Amino acid sequence: MTQGIPFNIPFLAVAALVGIALYIIMSKRNLIKLVMGIAILEAGVNLFLITLGYREGGVAPIYTDVPAGVMVLPVPQALTLTSIVIGVSILALMLSMIVHTYRHTGTLDSEASRKLKG
Amino acid sequence: MDTLVTHSPILIIAIPLLAAFLTPLVGRVSPKAREALVIASLAFAEFLVIILAKDIYANGLHVYTLGASLPELAIPKGYIIPVRIILEVDGISIFMGIISVTVSLAAAIYSLHFMKEETGQDRFYTLLLLLVTGMLGFEFTGDLFNMFVFLEILSISGAALAAFRVRFADAVEGGFKYIVISAVGALIILFAVGLLYAQYNLLNIAALADVMQYGTVEKIALALLTIGFIIKLAGVPLHMWAPDTYAVAPAGITPMIYVASQACMYGLYRVCFTLYGITLDQLTVGWIVIIIGVLSMFVGVTMAVIQTDVKRLMAYHAISQSGYMLLGVGVGLAVLGDPEALAAYGRQAMNGGIFHIINNAWYKGLLFLTGETLFFRLGTRDLNRMGGMGRNMKFTSIAFIIGALAISGIPPFNGFTSKWLIYESVYQFNPILAVIAMLVSLITLASFTKVFQSAFTGPRLPQYQDVKEVPKSMLVGMAILVAAIIFFSLFPGLIVDNIVSPATDALINQATYINGVTGAVP
Repeated sequence: MTQGIPFNIPFLAVAALVGIALYIIMSKRNLIKLVMGIAILEAGVNLFLITLGYREGGVAPIYTDVPAGVMVLPVPQALTLTSIVIGVSILALMLSMIVHTYRHTGTLDSEASRKLKG
Repeated sequence: MDTLVTHSPILIIAIPLLAAFLTPLVGRVSPKAREALVIASLAFAEFLVIILAKDIYANGLHVYTLGASLPELAIPKGYIIPVRIILEVDGISIFMGIISVTVSLAAAIYSLHFMKEETGQDRFYTLLLLLVTGMLGFEFTGDLFNMFVFLEILSISGAALAAFRVRFADAVEGGFKYIVISAVGALIILFAVGLLYAQYNLLNIAALADVMQYGTVEKIALALLTIGFIIKLAGVPLHMWAPDTYAVAPAGITPMIYVASQACMYGLYRVCFTLYGITLDQLTVGWIVIIIGVLSMFVGVTMAVIQTDVKRLMAYHAISQSGYMLLGVGVGLAVLGDPEALAAYGRQAMNGGIFHIINNAWYKGLLFLTGETLFFRLGTRDLNRMGGMGRNMKFTSIAFIIGALAISGIPPFNGFTSKWLIYESVYQFNPILAVIAMLVSLITLASFTKVFQSAFTGPRLPQYQDVKEVPKSMLVGMAILVAAIIFFSLFPGLIVDNIVSPATDALINQATYINGVTGAVP
């Protein structure tokens, strides 16, 4: 871990992504931007999972006859794949709902399109 | 029969899943066959849940390992940790399973007629069965990551169902809010799962609980998991989505989304009691759960009083009732490390809280259905524009009265029994909490008196002269829940001893759950 990238940089990226995403989700009123915030949050969490399994100089975990050296952890990669698939379906569903909201109200501003209050 | 019991944990999840994707195909042949398929698959799942429950109460928890030569072999030969997908069904899981399947069955029967005029019914039933699959999988799984996957399945199908009637602008808005908070909540939970995986390289709940230390990373993970689940179960102050989503979802779906949020409450209990158990700082975490419970009770009921939309009002009551469950179980959690207090009142408080989950599923589900019945016939949810419906819809008004009395905790209804267990035991823990709980119950009664008075009594309004009682399938859906309420009101002792106590024991005895997986060395 002495040469190459410091091990902490991916984690800093995760923190930055999650922070930016939470800021967007809490402060933006445009529905599309809100969905972008969720997509960034998801990217942050996925990056976190992948980084967990990363081993410096490791080989891909796809061999039956294992070559010498360390192997990258396969489980986080499987988790991330599942999480990406789920994320895509959630994004698609949210975007389709936004299309319907726009048809009904003619606006993407969450305050202006809001009907349910109290 | 034995084979069926052995394999029932996976069958209960797989049958609704298979039926979900068969419905569009069968629907092409005939709509009648599709309806029969939906009801038959749910009824079969209900049957399996009941025989599995009987076996669990008699012989203890079930571990089902996918792909193993024997389902009980959780740890394969040559390994020291469980690597396969494991379902672990104990008292509390099966308790939640009974609730989910029964309410879904009633809701599906109710929807048969309710959805008749809607387009895209194939997709409606597919999503409905996927929601059932998500709930059951979430409750039965023994693995943190699978918990996340099933949580997402129930969130996606729940949101799509809430927004199903896209011709209403508010339905889309309610569904959108639900999917946004679900996505954020689930990602928070996934992050916490990642943290735990980083510490222990394990995802199995039992195996994790076995080695759990209570360090800084684990505390962060616990905080994230708690926040994620509290968002999903609509505990105050993270409840903002619930009134919107419950108010706009189609009738049968509202009780199901409510039961799904109670499944997330189960997730919170599983994490606190089973995953962390004795290692965690019980008093602090217990008090956090208690405070969220009391806040939910109080804020929920005070917001409910001022509502004029009938389903929105009921949604706030749903938040308020969740508070009772959190209060009861929170007191149990707070005294978990103190065997004396646990025996004196902690167990009873937990019994009350858990009993309240099942009672509430029946009467809250029933009230949501009656609320939507009014909307179905009158085309409005505004209480100020209703009146005299008691004359036109006799069965609906009787069902409403039963539900309203039960939720207000009037003896002899089932709501009274569980609330009484909570009052009595919480009073010994902290008298002020019990007083707040009783006060909330009174305000609940007042609020439902208002609904009854404005919707069902009074003169018949001219525009609603010829409103008829709703069709049979909707009545049958409500009747199932009425029957459940009456049964639970008549035999509370029987229910507490046979169904609720095993659930409480399952939460308290962490070692049994751990042993179910780690004890199965080949």
